[in-house]
Amino acid sequence: MKLIIAIIQPHRLEQVKEQLYKAEVNLITVNEVLGHGRQKGIDEVYRGFKETGNLMRKIRLEIAVNDNFVEPTVNAIMKGAQSGETGDGKIFVLPLESCVRIRTGERGWVAIG
Amino acid sequence: MMETEVKNAFDSGDTAWVLICAALVMLMTPGLAFFYGGLVKRKNILGILMQCFIILAALSIQWVLFGYSLAFAPGKGFWGGFGWFGLKGVGLEPYADYSATIPHQAFMIFQAMFAIITPALIIGAFAERMKFSAFLIFTLLWATFVYDPIAHWVWGTGGWLKNLGALDFAGGTVVHINAGIAALVTAMVIGRRNCYEKYVSPPHNLPFTVLGAALLWFGWFGFNAGSALGANGLAVNAFVVTNTSAAAAALSWAFLDWKFNGKPTLLGTVSGAVAGLVAITPAAGFVGVGAAMIIGLLVSVFCFVSVSFIKPRFGYDDSLDAFGIHGIGGIWGAIATGLFATRVINPAGSNGFFCGNPRQLWIQLAAVAATAAYAFIVTFAIYKLVDGVIGVRVAGKEESMGLDLTQHNERAYTMLE
Repeated sequence: MKLIIAIIQPHRLEQVKEQLYKAEVNLITVNEVLGHGRQKGIDEVYRGFKETGNLMRKIRLEIAVNDNFVEPTVNAIMKGAQSGETGDGKIFVLPLESCVRIRTGERGWVAIG
Repeated sequence: MMETEVKNAFDSGDTAWVLICAALVMLMTPGLAFFYGGLVKRKNILGILMQCFIILAALSIQWVLFGYSLAFAPGKGFWGGFGWFGLKGVGLEPYADYSATIPHQAFMIFQAMFAIITPALIIGAFAERMKFSAFLIFTLLWATFVYDPIAHWVWGTGGWLKNLGALDFAGGTVVHINAGIAALVTAMVIGRRNCYEKYVSPPHNLPFTVLGAALLWFGWFGFNAGSALGANGLAVNAFVVTNTSAAAAALSWAFLDWKFNGKPTLLGTVSGAVAGLVAITPAAGFVGVGAAMIIGLLVSVFCFVSVSFIKPRFGYDDSLDAFGIHGIGGIWGAIATGLFATRVINPAGSNGFFCGNPRQLWIQLAAVAATAAYAFIVTFAIYKLVDGVIGVRVAGKEESMGLDLTQHNERAYTMLE
């Protein structure tokens, strides 16, 4: 079991979701977050005061998958989120120790799907 | 019956207009609350809204109890005294010295709204760091010992600046210079916000600020055109020049932003509109549309320089630019009135510099200097008094937590549900 965390551009969310559904990945948690990587933020100016390198709005996805779904999920996110410009985001794949479905109490790989 | 007598004594059109204008000016204070509220951090917006709203309540009471009497009862040059305490003798008959065609109480309630918004303007200077209790006491003392006397000087029967011939149609000196200077003083003595050295906090809700600016523009028609105290040509002139100046100043600031900061900003544009409204306020009943355009175009230049260059240079934290816009804009408006006033617009006024009367300019400068000096000294004294007795500034930890939670036990925006 793996936990996939992806940071993507907000305007790419719809395309990423579309690709995930195509890959039959239907379970997803979405957060609105702030941050920036190599792409520096845009300067903001308020009555002449400049604020540089601002944190930008990003979307963070969390998807728990069984091992055979890792590649399809990563590929789907890539397909949906990649534009080739800086700021497209990152995908992190983390080992996942356990998973419990609250409704039934099922544990392990059956609980993920 | 008394009723017929009262009815014949006033003009129904004038009365209707002044009452509506009083309501328009009332709306400016909540408008100002949103203008300021959008500019602060999300943890402090309720503090701003509460300060504005409580002023609306507290000064309404102060005004009918003794504020109106101090400002407008016929008296000495300094203030009106207590002759009209509790509105004694302020009835439904017109009082010809101020307004011959409307009931005296209509004039009184119209003026009440000015007395309310003026101390509310100062809030911008000490936003995000003043104790609510200290704010309340400071505001009541300031209204009583600064606003009421200066209103008397300029508008009251017997007021010394009125006798000198100073022109202030709708409150450039009484409202804007007065509040602007008080703002500068409080910003300097209360000190900068804790975050000031580290980062600029961006406005948490600019749409609120734009909504507030729009309400201010709308209410300002009551402020300026209502100051004609009648439904007449002078009111129309004031209405037209008010709109023109606001428009010119909004455009002017937008282009200054575009040139010097790269992009035209919405905050700059609405700040310009407010500056234009401030600057035309003393002149609205004395100048024509051409002068209004010049007044508007230039006020944004002065205010832009003030907030973008002078403020950072001197390092005072006039957080929402109450001095930078109302003080500077008000001073320019008072001077511009001395430059552009013409008796063609208002035979009861005076000619200004460009109409061959340079003396008017000196009178205007004297009024500016006297108002600024008095407001500076007495505001400082009141601040020090309140600070000595109960302390003005919130504790550092309270400032970090925000005034909404620490002063009012509320928050504006919930995270859940």
